[in-house]
Amino acid sequence: MTAPAPATGAPAAATGPVLAADALVKVYPPGSAGGQPMTAVAGVSLRLAERSCLGVVGESGCGKSTLARLLVGLEPPTSGTVLLQGRPLGAHRRAERARLLQLVSQDPFSSLNPRLTAGAAISEVLLVHRRVAGRQQAAARVTELLDMVSLRPDFARRLPHELSGGQAQRVAIARALAAEPQTLVLDEPTSALDVSVRAGIVNLLDRLRAELALSYLFISHDMAVIRQLSDQIGVMYAGRFVERGPWDAVMSAPLHPYTRALLAAVPAPQPDGSLLAGAEPAPAEPVAGEPGEAAAGAAGAAAAAVSSRAAASPATGCPYAPRCPLRIGQCVTADPPLVVVSGQHEAACYRAGEQDST
Amino acid sequence: MTDAGPLLAIRGLSVGLRRSSGVTPLVRDVSLDIAPGERVGLVGESGSGKSLTLLAVMGLLASPQLVVTGGSVRLAGTELVGAGDRVLRALRGSQVAMVYQDPMTSLDPVQRVGAQIAEGLRAHGTSRRAARERTLAVLAEVQLPDPPALARKYPHELSGGMRQRVMIAAALAGNPRLLLADEPTTALDVTIQRQILALVARLQQARNLAVLWVTHDLGVAAQFVQRLAVMYGGRVVEHGPTATVFSAPQHPYTAALLAAVPSTAGDRTALGQIPGSPPDPAALPPGCSFAPRCRQARPGCAEREPELEQRPGDVAAACFVPPAEWRS
Repeated sequence: MTAPAPATGAPAAATGPVLAADALVKVYPPGSAGGQPMTAVAGVSLRLAERSCLGVVGESGCGKSTLARLLVGLEPPTSGTVLLQGRPLGAHRRAERARLLQLVSQDPFSSLNPRLTAGAAISEVLLVHRRVAGRQQAAARVTELLDMVSLRPDFARRLPHELSGGQAQRVAIARALAAEPQTLVLDEPTSALDVSVRAGIVNLLDRLRAELALSYLFISHDMAVIRQLSDQIGVMYAGRFVERGPWDAVMSAPLHPYTRALLAAVPAPQPDGSLLAGAEPAPAEPVAGEPGEAAAGAAGAAAAAVSSRAAASPATGCPYAPRCPLRIGQCVTADPPLVVVSGQHEAACYRAGEQDST
Repeated sequence: MTDAGPLLAIRGLSVGLRRSSGVTPLVRDVSLDIAPGERVGLVGESGSGKSLTLLAVMGLLASPQLVVTGGSVRLAGTELVGAGDRVLRALRGSQVAMVYQDPMTSLDPVQRVGAQIAEGLRAHGTSRRAARERTLAVLAEVQLPDPPALARKYPHELSGGMRQRVMIAAALAGNPRLLLADEPTTALDVTIQRQILALVARLQQARNLAVLWVTHDLGVAAQFVQRLAVMYGGRVVEHGPTATVFSAPQHPYTAALLAAVPSTAGDRTALGQIPGSPPDPAALPPGCSFAPRCRQARPGCAEREPELEQRPGDVAAACFVPPAEWRS
């Protein structure tokens, strides 16, 4: 590979990445109503080192779920390649791919057949992938897998509608693990869960990764959950990584102004007044995401927020420029590439690491 | 009407689901006061009864099977439980207004947003011209750009954050004294959520508005409300000033919930877990509803249900076990 190698390797990994992407792009054609093509993923390269967890965080529309679908082959990229164990995704047979890589999604009920018991759903995977010799062995293995996700053996007899959200997510994880994959792509697996249930799933995923030597690509909109599980954190905005690096560096010394805005917006679960302090007056923001409108917003009636959708990004320059407090002339004419700023810490910003002036 | 006392006084409010087999209790004996200009939070996980409490206050229980089975809700001295539609309609908008998680539940998709806001005002007898002026004024107040142009848009033409602003504008158009909010920022991205919270905080202060904010997000509660009630199994299990509840929770459920929340700062240690799942309201465990999941449970906890009792520091908790025995 000649692409600039993003540094996402855990120190322990001597082998190549278990999962890699090179210049992935996904453009959706205009819908039936017309309009512009939508670029969901705008050139993402990544390497997931063996036994490591890369956390991908971003807001709705940033392209993180599309990235997940490209990485597991649910959708073909418009351009770019995905390498699984060093070979193109398409070069693996489907069954082989499933034994290397599994997806766990936000809604566990969507991946569970409503008419199959948890045990049958897990057995199905065991038998299809010949992970067991026969039905009897499958039943024993189902019990083991349920135990792995901290569910009692009798859960094997339950239908999806007899499970709570957290229990269903545990079954979905057990089912993914039944194929004995090396890598899990986890797309917001805790987002639909209540606080107390979410904590159990986060702890479970952390434990399973260590016990089974798994690699995770963990996608979430929740900075705190990402921080809890990741070795490396990548922050996505408008279909690309704008910052990536070791978890503690990204969290404690964020380089990109968007990462800082994201972190500042997370309401801390201690009453310290941090969220609303400095939040007034509302930052003047253009509505169409066009750089020229920023001045109009500052003129008086402060403008409302734009979403982080790639569609709202300007055609040239940094996609974050319209919202960025550090914007300079260069930002609206050229798109900053993701480059190493220090050590393994990368950012796509001409003013990476500078403090916000306002 | 009295001007001393709370603006909203909820006393022993209970809501049940009527079935052929009997009434399933979903909200049990909830009491809560809100003073004028105060921000109060109602916090809990799904099924705790927090949203139902809000809907019952507003007289908006969605189905005929959902009934207020007891208690009283007084808004500025007027009893709302059992009040007729005319009384409730007169209060809605002018005294109390509500915002929801999904703005599309309160916004009409086929009507321009300006017309929707004006319609609410017209229903209270405002002239057409005054309603239009007022509409443009509140759209500016919620910091939407170019109110005249925005008033002509349909909800689907707006982003999620802008729709929330429109819903807040519609709620505030009639100058209510109390805003009831049912997780209005939960579906928003965090950067947008922050802007909406800042906006509501600013409006709340400018208008001396009382706010009852329902949320499952302890971070939002910590940052936004001055006082909060924690609900579990349909009951308030703890209640007090936000800073006190967060720094020294009195109920083991509150403490466990706080330990389960990941943070963006501090040590990275395993999150606290609560074993089991919340109770089924149709089959509540005997005694304290939290006892089966509670690490501090004593034999007596499964026999009687603890009352919510006042403790020093303006806090109240419904637990037999003194915090000194379990707090490290």
